[in-house]
Amino acid sequence: MAITREEVLHVAKLARLELSGDEVERLTLELGAILEAVGKVAELDLDDVPPTSHPLELVNAWREDEPYDSLGLDAVFANAPQREDDLFRVPPTT
Amino acid sequence: MTWQPVVGLEIHVQLKTRTKMFCRCANGFGGGENTQTCPVCLALPGALPVPNRIALEWTLKLGLALGCEIPKRAVFARKNYFYPDSPKGYQISQYDLPSCVNGRMLVPSSAGDHEVGIVRAHLEEDAAKTVHVGGRTGRIGGAEHSLVDFNRVGTPLVEIVTGPDIHSSEDARRFLQLLRQTIVELGISDAEMEKGTLRVDANVSVRPAGSAELRTRCELKNMNSFRFVAQGIDAEVARQIAVYEAGGEVVQETYDFDASSGALTARRSKEEADDYRYFPEPDLVPVEPPAELVERLRGELPELPSVRIRRLERELDLDRALVLVTGGLDRLYEATVAAGAEPLPVANLIANRLATSAGDAVDASQLALLVGARDRIPRAVLDDALSHIDEPGFEAAPYLAQEAVSDTGELEPVIARIIDANPGQVAAYRGGKEGLLGFFVGQVLKETGGKANARVVSELVRERLGA
Repeated sequence: MAITREEVLHVAKLARLELSGDEVERLTLELGAILEAVGKVAELDLDDVPPTSHPLELVNAWREDEPYDSLGLDAVFANAPQREDDLFRVPPTT
Repeated sequence: MTWQPVVGLEIHVQLKTRTKMFCRCANGFGGGENTQTCPVCLALPGALPVPNRIALEWTLKLGLALGCEIPKRAVFARKNYFYPDSPKGYQISQYDLPSCVNGRMLVPSSAGDHEVGIVRAHLEEDAAKTVHVGGRTGRIGGAEHSLVDFNRVGTPLVEIVTGPDIHSSEDARRFLQLLRQTIVELGISDAEMEKGTLRVDANVSVRPAGSAELRTRCELKNMNSFRFVAQGIDAEVARQIAVYEAGGEVVQETYDFDASSGALTARRSKEEADDYRYFPEPDLVPVEPPAELVERLRGELPELPSVRIRRLERELDLDRALVLVTGGLDRLYEATVAAGAEPLPVANLIANRLATSAGDAVDASQLALLVGARDRIPRAVLDDALSHIDEPGFEAAPYLAQEAVSDTGELEPVIARIIDANPGQVAAYRGGKEGLLGFFVGQVLKETGGKANARVVSELVRERLGA
């Protein structure tokens, strides 16, 4: 298996995901299958190939420093579960 | 045993571009909470970042000013972490391929130039501002909920990382003053610690003097002035020395420095703190700065503060040169000297009497006139002139017309009166308390409404009392 149960739990913790026992089992299998598929690349001899951070040859895509209008507050908070005055209210984070 | 502090600094600088790093929301303070936000800032589904050309250029410019190499290719990376100050769940930063590497800054000191290595300077985005409510106010532990303002999220931020090359709190402070002045003169940031546009973390360790080892280091955060950075370093160095001398080992920790109590508080050690799972940002293509751009930016660099300090040191001394240059007052100094005033009095007057902010507003030719006349006009008139000198259209002439009273015939009777009225002080002065000379001069100045020439009075008083 390309990923262990402990690694799945570790990543879940970093992402603050609470997983049931069944979910851990299922994700271990699914993530393992994905990693195995990607691992196929390791079978190739790639010593002469530079690391590829992007599939496109494109570089230097940027824009000018010109402002646009920001969203109105109604739109800003349209999806917020909790709003306190003009601030987003979120659970305490530890 | 003698111990040597080993300090490396991480400095974050908010760039004052008009817009944010990856979207066109207005950048900077001023708007109401959450009014400078858009789908990119808020990480709404489908939003895509587009980098700000000016922020990229300013990063390169700062790197060049710090003597960095500009690698052919820089790549943005995702730094993954879960916290409400980052709605995407990651910060866009640079990781293995930063924009600027391998620089150095020369910090003038009495023992010659002190070289501080610049490991890297990279471009990233700032996080949102969170306020923790309930429990111990402002602290994360025990909060009942948190409130988030996303105006700051996405502000262009340059992170500068030095080598472990700083060996005293005073060196750290001097380095920071010089770095700050360099940044301000490039016009890319206000770099004000009180406002959070410049932030400093310090990595501190100690080692036996003469050794080259690097021992376990601790990180200090939350120091919001250069003075507190220096105090924090001193406190941490003392703590670590005490640990070693008691036979213990330093444990890697992050501390908050509380300047009011001088206390270092360990943060709750975040498990897996460094597990950021960096990977190249798929939404942004690499940056390959064209050689012409790099050369243009290099050509735009002003004469750097460290070079100017060395130049001024030759006609003044290191301390005065440092004060003038890091206060942004050295150009006024040079212009005033060029207008015909003597260097040392100009340096003293500017360094001691003018606010940093006044530097650009003062007409050097008028200041030169005042400096030339400083012994001939009453102190009160000089003070008055200096308090108006940064106003538009300031003229020294009316002040110069109010010459101080230097006529001994006019001053003698006043001095005689003061001496008669203070027999106790006279006896004490004659008994060896020569510091009382200032008292008599002060009394005479008071009596004459500040119009007496202090130097002449001082000579006359000394003559009379010496008899």
